[in-house]
Amino acid sequence: MIPLSHYLVVSAVLFAIGTAGVFLRRNLITVLLSIEIMLNAVNLSFVAFGRQFGSLDGQIIVFFVMTVAAAEAAVGLAIVIGLYRHKESLNPDAFASLKW
Amino acid sequence: MLALIPFFPLLGFLVNASFGRRLPKTIAGGVACAVMAASFAVSVTAVWRLAGLPVEERAIEQTVYTWIASGDFVIDLTLRVDPLASVMILVITGIGSLIHIYSTSYMHDETDPEYARYFSYLNLFAAFMLILVLGANFLVLFVGWEGVGLCSYLLIGFWFRKQSAADAGKKAFVVNRIGDYAFILGTLLLFVRFGTLDFQQLASTVAAMPPEEGVFGAISIASLLLFIGATGKSAQIPLYTWLPDAMEGPTPVSALIHAATMVTAGVYMIGRNAVLFSHAPETMLIVAIIGALTALMAGTIGLVQNDIKRVLAYSTVSQLGLMFLAMGMGAFGAGIFHLYTHAFFKALLFLGSGAVIHALHGEQDIRNMGGLKRYLPITYWTFLIGSLAIAGVPFLSGFFSKDEILYETFAAGHWILWIIGAFTSLLTAIYMFRLVFLTFHGKSRTHGHHEESHLHDAPPSMAMPLVVLALGAVLAGYVGVPHALGGENRLAAWLAPSFAPPAVADGLQASGEGEAAEEEHAALELTLMAVSSGIALLGIGIAAFIWLKRREIADAMARKYAGVHRLLLHKYYVDEVYDATIVKPILIGSREGLWRGLDVQVVDGAVNGTGALVAAGSSMLRRLQTGSVRAYAGSMFIGVVVILGYYLWR
Repeated sequence: MIPLSHYLVVSAVLFAIGTAGVFLRRNLITVLLSIEIMLNAVNLSFVAFGRQFGSLDGQIIVFFVMTVAAAEAAVGLAIVIGLYRHKESLNPDAFASLKW
Repeated sequence: MLALIPFFPLLGFLVNASFGRRLPKTIAGGVACAVMAASFAVSVTAVWRLAGLPVEERAIEQTVYTWIASGDFVIDLTLRVDPLASVMILVITGIGSLIHIYSTSYMHDETDPEYARYFSYLNLFAAFMLILVLGANFLVLFVGWEGVGLCSYLLIGFWFRKQSAADAGKKAFVVNRIGDYAFILGTLLLFVRFGTLDFQQLASTVAAMPPEEGVFGAISIASLLLFIGATGKSAQIPLYTWLPDAMEGPTPVSALIHAATMVTAGVYMIGRNAVLFSHAPETMLIVAIIGALTALMAGTIGLVQNDIKRVLAYSTVSQLGLMFLAMGMGAFGAGIFHLYTHAFFKALLFLGSGAVIHALHGEQDIRNMGGLKRYLPITYWTFLIGSLAIAGVPFLSGFFSKDEILYETFAAGHWILWIIGAFTSLLTAIYMFRLVFLTFHGKSRTHGHHEESHLHDAPPSMAMPLVVLALGAVLAGYVGVPHALGGENRLAAWLAPSFAPPAVADGLQASGEGEAAEEEHAALELTLMAVSSGIALLGIGIAAFIWLKRREIADAMARKYAGVHRLLLHKYYVDEVYDATIVKPILIGSREGLWRGLDVQVVDGAVNGTGALVAAGSSMLRRLQTGSVRAYAGSMFIGVVVILGYYLWR
């Protein structure tokens, strides 16, 4: 049986990759994808813990996260389309006019 | 029942103040006169009941309700009529009613709302004055005291669209405030020292103490402060300057202020606290000296003024000075007696001058009058009676009261003050008859712009008060015919309990003076009477000689003593001196120091500084808001990491 720490390491690595993607990539769609990766990294931790402690709670939370992530993707993509129509660009730095 | 006396005028005020704009003149004026008459009727009933009581119990009290109750400090809204207050309420309501009736005609040219406004103020004035004299403790008196100050402001400035009238009203109010401040201090001192504000309790407490020596005792300081308050209300040096300016108001208002209300308040207040003042001999002397000086000063100014009302105003100041002289001599009865007779002839003179002004359509300068005797017979004869009475011609009311004051002064041994008083009487006779002769005698100097056919004597509603007051000016003195002339001086006997401490009051009547002393006094009094009658007739003679026969003498005198003449014409430059020493420094200090210095720089500076600080801080902080979503996300991430890190490695 694969020990818990392995799952957690994979989860941490995935989370780091996702975070790096959010901050470093210059494309809004990639950013959204990176957020999905972060969410799924967390999901992995949840199921791993659930298995480890013999509890269903981890899996239930994962289902919640997946539904919320689906909704988020729908809304997020809609916003991205809106933004693209507005500025003809997907670079997040192009949308910095909401300030003083 | 007592509460009804001030209640009626207050009701009239409320009616005219609330609905007056929509009422026709007959109703507005009618209501005002009716409430005054009702108040007079109630006053007469009250005094009748008072007279029916035995001497030592002569006081009717009514506690309307408990006004202030704070721990041990309880003040009731108590009204009390005693002999002193009885004289005052009769004067206020009686003469007040006549002035109201006169006003219905005098003010008839005003528009309906103005007319109602006028009468509402007039009623309010009477109501406050009645509260003042009926109040049984200092606080109730103070309500009236402040109230008449307010009403004098409203009425003097009645024609407030005229700058000078508005200024005069303001001046009256401000000058009175100075006196009121001292009055409050005096009241507080008495309360701290004696623990009561009720006049009777205070009198019995003070009566048990020996008279105070020096001026630094509590009684002396308190009475001195109260006297300063009285100088404000009753127009004495140094606070008299508002009264001559008060002529800017309608003439009946002047009559009301000078005769029935307001200026009598100070004299009354001293009479009310007679026991207190008697225990401070130094204060009494100061009161007498100030009174005599004021009488003299105002009398000399009155000699050269050319405005008919201004002459009368200075004559009031002068007569009030005589009243204070009497008060200061401890002759409280004589002072109140003069107050009472003065109310008749001064109201008469003011209303008479009002009739003249009315006939001449607003002309007030006696240099532009003359020869009015033929056209205004009623006004002339009543005015003449008033002048004779104020000059002190024998057997008219002014004679008895003024003579009593001078006699008491002489009997007290203050012959310098007596000389001043006697000289003031001479001046009074001269300036009053100068006024009579210049106004009513000689050739007309009206410059033709008043068609002689247009000159009309007082209409009935103005003539009636004039005639009634003229009768009063003749007869009012007979309640106080001195013993020397075979009279009984009923007024003095009636008033005496009010000036004696409550416990002593009953013993007072019993302690008569010896027969021999009585006769000696009578001889002295008769001599003095003869002297003052002579003075009065001399004054009238001088006035007749100068202004009827030889007008050029007056002009020659004015030219010869140009400096003195100018000094008198400019009222000793007192207004100018006050302006330079008090008004200007306060004005400049307030504008430059308090406004431009304190207010603009310090207060506004603090407020604006706070604003500027916030703005500067925000302009630095807002640089954090970059608009870049990634920057926000980054800071959120760092924040989460820091917080998590803190909890993990704690």
